[in-house]
Amino acid sequence: MSPHGERWTRDRVLALAPDEASRAAGGRLAAAGRWSGTGAGGGAVWGMCEGGDGTRYGTVVDLDGPAFQCSCPSRKFPCKHTLGLLLRWAGDEAGEPARPGDGPAAGGQPPPWAAGWLATRRERADRPPGGAGAGGPGADGSEADGAGAAAPSRAPADPEAARRRAARRMQRIAAGATELEQRLEDLLHSGLAAAGPAAGAASRTGADDPGGGRGSWEETAARMVDAQAPGLASRVRELAAIAASGPDWPSRLLEECALLHLLNQGFLGIDRLPPPLAATVRARVGLTTDAADVRSDPETVTIRDRWLVLAQRDGAEGPLTTRRIFLRGERTGRMALHRSFGGAHRPLEVSLPPGLLLDADLAYYPGARPLRVALGERYAPAAPGPVPTGCGIDAALAAYGHALRDDPWLDAWPVVLADVTPIPGGAGGGWQLADADGESALPLDPRCLGRPALWQLAAISGGAPVTVFGECGHRGFLPLTVWDPAPVSLSP
Amino acid sequence: MPTTPTPSPTPSTAIPTAAAPGAWPDLVSAALLGAERRTPPVAVRDGQTPAAALLDAAAVGTVRRRSALRPAPAAERPAPAPADPRPPLPPAARRRLALLLADRAPGSGSRRGTDPDLTELLPQWLAAADGRGYRAPEALLPALLDAARSRTDLRPTALALAGPRGLWLARLNDDWRFALRGIGGPLSLPGADAPEAVRRLWEEGLFAERVALLTSLRRRDPRAGLALLAATWATERAEDRLMFLDSLGEALTPSDEPFLEQALSDRSRNVRTTAAELLSALPGSALAARMAERSLVCVRLARPAPGDATATEVLVVDPPGACDAGMQRDGVAPQPPSGRGERAWWLGQLVEATPLDRWPGRLGGRSPAELVALPVAGDWRTELHDAWCRAAVRQRHADWARALLGAPGNPGQAAAELAPAGSSRDLTKLLTVLPDDERAGWVSEFIAVHGLADAFRMLGVCAVPWSEPLGRAVVDALDIARDAGSYPWSFSGVMGLAERCLDPAAADRLQMLTAVTDEPEGASPGSGGYWSEAFQRLVGTLRLRAAMHAELAGEAP
Repeated sequence: MSPHGERWTRDRVLALAPDEASRAAGGRLAAAGRWSGTGAGGGAVWGMCEGGDGTRYGTVVDLDGPAFQCSCPSRKFPCKHTLGLLLRWAGDEAGEPARPGDGPAAGGQPPPWAAGWLATRRERADRPPGGAGAGGPGADGSEADGAGAAAPSRAPADPEAARRRAARRMQRIAAGATELEQRLEDLLHSGLAAAGPAAGAASRTGADDPGGGRGSWEETAARMVDAQAPGLASRVRELAAIAASGPDWPSRLLEECALLHLLNQGFLGIDRLPPPLAATVRARVGLTTDAADVRSDPETVTIRDRWLVLAQRDGAEGPLTTRRIFLRGERTGRMALHRSFGGAHRPLEVSLPPGLLLDADLAYYPGARPLRVALGERYAPAAPGPVPTGCGIDAALAAYGHALRDDPWLDAWPVVLADVTPIPGGAGGGWQLADADGESALPLDPRCLGRPALWQLAAISGGAPVTVFGECGHRGFLPLTVWDPAPVSLSP
Repeated sequence: MPTTPTPSPTPSTAIPTAAAPGAWPDLVSAALLGAERRTPPVAVRDGQTPAAALLDAAAVGTVRRRSALRPAPAAERPAPAPADPRPPLPPAARRRLALLLADRAPGSGSRRGTDPDLTELLPQWLAAADGRGYRAPEALLPALLDAARSRTDLRPTALALAGPRGLWLARLNDDWRFALRGIGGPLSLPGADAPEAVRRLWEEGLFAERVALLTSLRRRDPRAGLALLAATWATERAEDRLMFLDSLGEALTPSDEPFLEQALSDRSRNVRTTAAELLSALPGSALAARMAERSLVCVRLARPAPGDATATEVLVVDPPGACDAGMQRDGVAPQPPSGRGERAWWLGQLVEATPLDRWPGRLGGRSPAELVALPVAGDWRTELHDAWCRAAVRQRHADWARALLGAPGNPGQAAAELAPAGSSRDLTKLLTVLPDDERAGWVSEFIAVHGLADAFRMLGVCAVPWSEPLGRAVVDALDIARDAGSYPWSFSGVMGLAERCLDPAAADRLQMLTAVTDEPEGASPGSGGYWSEAFQRLVGTLRLRAAMHAELAGEAP
């Protein structure tokens, strides 16, 4: 990691913002006179900001990383206070502070509240990545994945007890999967019609109701949570929504039931699976692997490349914010997905705006079709990268098809499409991306219909071919980034 | 279905193994019915229920379907957007626009505190960008069109910035139809080179489109616009005739007179009145001459009695005794509103329609200022001066407006004197007749003497950014109001205007007002802190505006 002595540009600060609203709020805060005790020095910036109700929030940024800490309860990351502070500090092109006199002055010493956090963070960062164990992953599948910073070592107190615990959990999941199998067989025995939109009333008749009304699916999902199989639980919850998803629902419901059945069977016979597929099944069921374990595992495939950031997308998952960052290796052409989770008191630590090129090690999580990665060592500061090369529509669909051969549960596969023209849907019609030859087209995922993203796509294209990154799957193509030629993140 | 990837046809001839699935539709109907009602078309292994076998087959079928997705046939492509050769925005200005558009949504609704109000800065940004010849960033076009959709006042500047790409996009989305109506700009209206298209739009267009067409044509070629209107005049509905006639006022020329003179005989009274109003704004018109003939005889100059040395000349008013048919045809309304004498009512209308330049000749060659200063016999002063004020506004007569406004800085001349009781005089309208500099100067003197209480509307007609003396007067008046101990929200209207209109260069001078001062004796509790906050917001907004302008000029990062 390189020292960051220089003052950042406003662009660089704004690129960190998770969305436009945060950018606007940060910009407002930067202009407001609510700051006190601001300062900068030793690769950090800090300051206190008074909130609307008089509460004072302490914000501190470690420019190395960068990493942020703010005492506000915001779930956005970085929060508006962080952005406001950085904007006050950020310089114009000449490196002068935007507001001489009242911006955070350089060369200061952090106050104790900021120094404490900085010290803890740097101490962690100084350790080599890959210590055994990791800090605090939960059943929610989160990981404490700092930018190349491993959590403090925490060797299991009793390896034998840990092994027993793991075996017990496997048994509970197996029991859950068996129960779920029975539930699915019952459903197919009595027919999906009982689970249809008209079956809502019937499903209230009791727990032994074989139909698939929403209430009974919720109950089954809760049983899967009890069985410590969150992956199964969330798939069950999705089944409940399918019956109400409009025409052709029986086909979609059968597909998802069948894939859930396949997953149950996979887990129940996991010992007979080849190790990569077994790892995929474990992850799909909801058994998590810590990033630190991935990094330290000798079996892990770690690839150093110059990775182009293709998209960064935040979403809400229960009380957590999930951030997905898609990357592609310049040399290897491999796709990678970095996922991180943040909550009220656990900020997201990685922020990589699309278009950056990152010379780093990425450690692939095990699986039959590896995609998810843990960030390893970074060899240089991220720098702006080129417009990615892409493929056509046939190749995109083929890429998804090939990926399914390894991991049948994949809903989509990330691809860069080049030279495609967005075709807006007419009244009620779907949108498409048409190939350069004008003959074949890829429908856009109906879930993004009606969103500003589509109109942004059309506006940038102006009827001409563009390069688009997104996820290509059985629902269609979900666009995430378009190049104009600077990367534009499409609004969610 | 063309909207989803179409699975390739499952080869039905070569089912390789016993566990191979049947065709997908067969599996779905079997699943819908349930294995208990119909044996599924799948092979069942030993020890397996038919339902489990159906799930097995469906799993294979699902993966097979998904891995064999084929492209759909492409729908018709939109025609490519016309090229927009204008240069892109400087990067900083582009970022600023993105921020302003993102912040368009109504805020939390809480007290504003010290944060600048970005919503109000969007119109300013658009106005500042207008005329610089930039094109909008394509990625921001949807947000820009949405902003223009919800705020009609933004449409002209937003659509100008959006340019041809914006119109191209608007054609694809019904939400943005407004952009095609040409209300915002002449972009979609046929030009002078397409007389046929003009005529077709005029004959077949919606009312709003026709008004826009007439307005834009009048700006380019008043005669052609009038000819267009005259061609269909007889068949237009009365309320449409009124609106069309009204839109002639913006670019009135002497050549419009015959048409307007004809409209004085229109079936609709409102149309007649409007025609008379427009004619009286043409000082050379026959109507104006007729009105002058009627009104000049009503006012005369009376010499002081020879023996009385102290007496000055006075104006003597002798209002008309009747409202004859000729007057009525020239737009004089015979019936006064209740509470007004009919002779005074007729006089007011006559004087209002009389060219102001005729008065000095009638009244001893005196200048407008001298005439305004003359005493008026009886109770006629207010009536006469009010009518002159209306005439000055209608005829855009700066000399008379100046004379009627007088000197605002004279503390002896109270506000009541400027607009005496019973007067319908509108000082703000009079101000609009004065040139920008003079108007700002007058208002700043007015504020220095009378404070901000009556100044809000006047400030609203001053050119933006406010001139240095005007800005200074407003800031000083705000400072005085703080020292008087009132709350800042009593002045929120002026504060809001100041945020939008003060020259950003005033920010440094304002900075010293942002400190929390000791509250003066008898001040409203806590007012000091609120004032400090209000001034901070003002300073913050001014700095943002300064940054905005610098960014548009490409001077900032």
